[in-house]
Amino acid sequence: MALRDAQGPYFGEFGGRFVPESLIAALDELEAAYADAKADPGFAAELATLHSTYTGRPSIITEAPRFAEHAGGARIILKREDLNHTGSHKINNVLGQALLTKRLGKSRVIAETGAGQHGVATATAAAYFGLNCTIYMGEVDTERQALNVARMRLLGAEVIAVKSGSRTLKDAINDALRDWVASVDTTNYIFGTVAGPHPFPALVRDFQKIIGEEAREQVLVLTGALPDAVAACVGGGSNAIGIFDAFLDDEGVALFGFEAAGDGADTPRHAATISRGRPGVLHGARSYLLQDEDGQTIESHSISAGLDYPGVGPQHSWLADLGRATYRPVTDAAAMDAFRLLSRTEGIIPAIESAHALAGAIELGHELGEDATILVSLSGRGDKDMETAAEYFSILDSSEGPCS
Amino acid sequence: MTSVDSVIRARRDAGGGALIGYLPVGFPDLQTSIDAAVTLLENGVDAIELGAPYSDPVMDGPVIQAATERARENGFRFAHVLEAVSAIRERIEAPVLVMAYWNLIVQYGVDRFADHFTAAGGSGLITPDLIPDEAAEWITASDRTGLDRVFLAAPSSSDARLKTVSELSRGFVYTVSTMGVTGARHEVDAAARGLVDRLRAIGVGNACVGLGISTADQVRSVLEYADGAIVGSAFVSALDSGGLEALKAKAIELASGTRATR
Ligand SMILES: Cc1ncc(COP(=O)(O)O)c(C=O)c1O
Repeated sequence: MALRDAQGPYFGEFGGRFVPESLIAALDELEAAYADAKADPGFAAELATLHSTYTGRPSIITEAPRFAEHAGGARIILKREDLNHTGSHKINNVLGQALLTKRLGKSRVIAETGAGQHGVATATAAAYFGLNCTIYMGEVDTERQALNVARMRLLGAEVIAVKSGSRTLKDAINDALRDWVASVDTTNYIFGTVAGPHPFPALVRDFQKIIGEEAREQVLVLTGALPDAVAACVGGGSNAIGIFDAFLDDEGVALFGFEAAGDGADTPRHAATISRGRPGVLHGARSYLLQDEDGQTIESHSISAGLDYPGVGPQHSWLADLGRATYRPVTDAAAMDAFRLLSRTEGIIPAIESAHALAGAIELGHELGEDATILVSLSGRGDKDMETAAEYFSILDSSEGPCS
Repeated sequence: MTSVDSVIRARRDAGGGALIGYLPVGFPDLQTSIDAAVTLLENGVDAIELGAPYSDPVMDGPVIQAATERARENGFRFAHVLEAVSAIRERIEAPVLVMAYWNLIVQYGVDRFADHFTAAGGSGLITPDLIPDEAAEWITASDRTGLDRVFLAAPSSSDARLKTVSELSRGFVYTVSTMGVTGARHEVDAAARGLVDRLRAIGVGNACVGLGISTADQVRSVLEYADGAIVGSAFVSALDSGGLEALKAKAIELASGTRATR
């Protein structure tokens, strides 16, 4: 079987549905609606029209030669998901799921969000389709991504700051699941990444795989060959699986996921789930997980809210165990260096999440040498991160000044 | 050992129904949680459901979330669950069930848990986030050890799913009264009665209703159609605000709802 054909509920020993019985009917209903939609050419056509008239797809690729000078001279090509409407890859998935919400006849959507990009995309789709919208966001994240909270509210969504647990993405998912248990009759849960119970890992991947399908063609046209390596950051793993998918069965293309290593993967403060976790069950699926000896989830840490998650999508766990994809940690410091480097060499300010992939690409470039071509998922833009970046660099760069 | 089935039967034969009390292990500390469970059992509660505090309790509302978070801050470890089970069973003859989110059992080892839990005198496991479809390993381990296996039935479950849940449950079926999480509610949902009727129609013997029950009147009305009433948040709140004395008073109050209802 081709790797691209994996449909869940299991990816090897990972995946499944570990949720309260109350949610099974809703998951079954969603799975059936999606199967229906897949069989209906009208659905794909409607989504394609939305992407060309609203999202701004296809997104372009941009070669980054001045950045590449710092990456061992390898060719670096950026897939520009940052140029999508709302500023990240999250919209790809949200529009698909919003169309499914319409097919389900439901009038309200809920979502969790970490960096706020998935929340903004969901609030945007809710405004566009006239749906009621509630977004759950950890209190810590509402503070470090305040701009996105304002965007969601402006778009008409209710934003609930989640105060339980670590007050970040994992707790936002818990509260969204609690809401959904009580509201499934009217509400669809637009899940933001390729984690969670079946069918989300397969469904979200299917809506994100357009990233790699476009990029594969675009790189072939530009260079006449497939890239040697593909690099993406991994939070739950949706932009990564989105760009990997088209290449899964291309044996010559190495796939690299870069996880947030916070202060360092060997310190207690990181979010390097595959690199440092072990298999367990969280948020409805069996996958790699940061957990203590007892199976309590360990709070993750990352400067990037969108990668600050102690779990990861089950398909990534499977690809890691198969050896088809390689997952490596990238520290806050390395990501912030790459963040600044791309800004200054190419005039593109990336999301801090995406900066982890850029830091990984620098590392890969040095390893693979100047003949290599590396395709990088630039999953989002950095506008939302300006406060974090200003604070970070004014400390590190006090002698240099912010505008040297 | 008294099984939860025999306790429920005895209550039913006497014309009433069973009262099952939930408390988290380690809240507010390990010893008090053990004393609290014994207090419930000495004051009219028929069986205990010990919750294992967990970092991501998606089935729980604010009261139980806060209590289990405090238990974890105060040093709860999963091994305390087994300690609590044997300490309670040494002091009193009654069924002690555990309610645990699945990852805690997976990490302990499903077979290892079944063995140690049986040795501690436990009677069964309630699995809020493990559906029968994913439970092969637990079904084998519980069949081997004879532990009760309590799956949840929800108002949204299809008839086919209810059938699976009832066939694979042992002890009782945890009948979720409402589409929601744990926590006291002013009214126990009418959905509970409908769901119990559907379970009866497929031959379920013991259907116990949980979620939202906090008064003697609610216990009484639930036991008009169900075999047991499960109370969690109301006991946790009583323990939190007034300690063992308040918990005892709450147990006596709720137990008054269990007698001769039909
Ligand atoms: C720009 C960007 N990239 C990446 C991520 C991480 O999510 P995923 O791993 O699902 O792509 C986020 C999440 O918020 C994001 O906003």
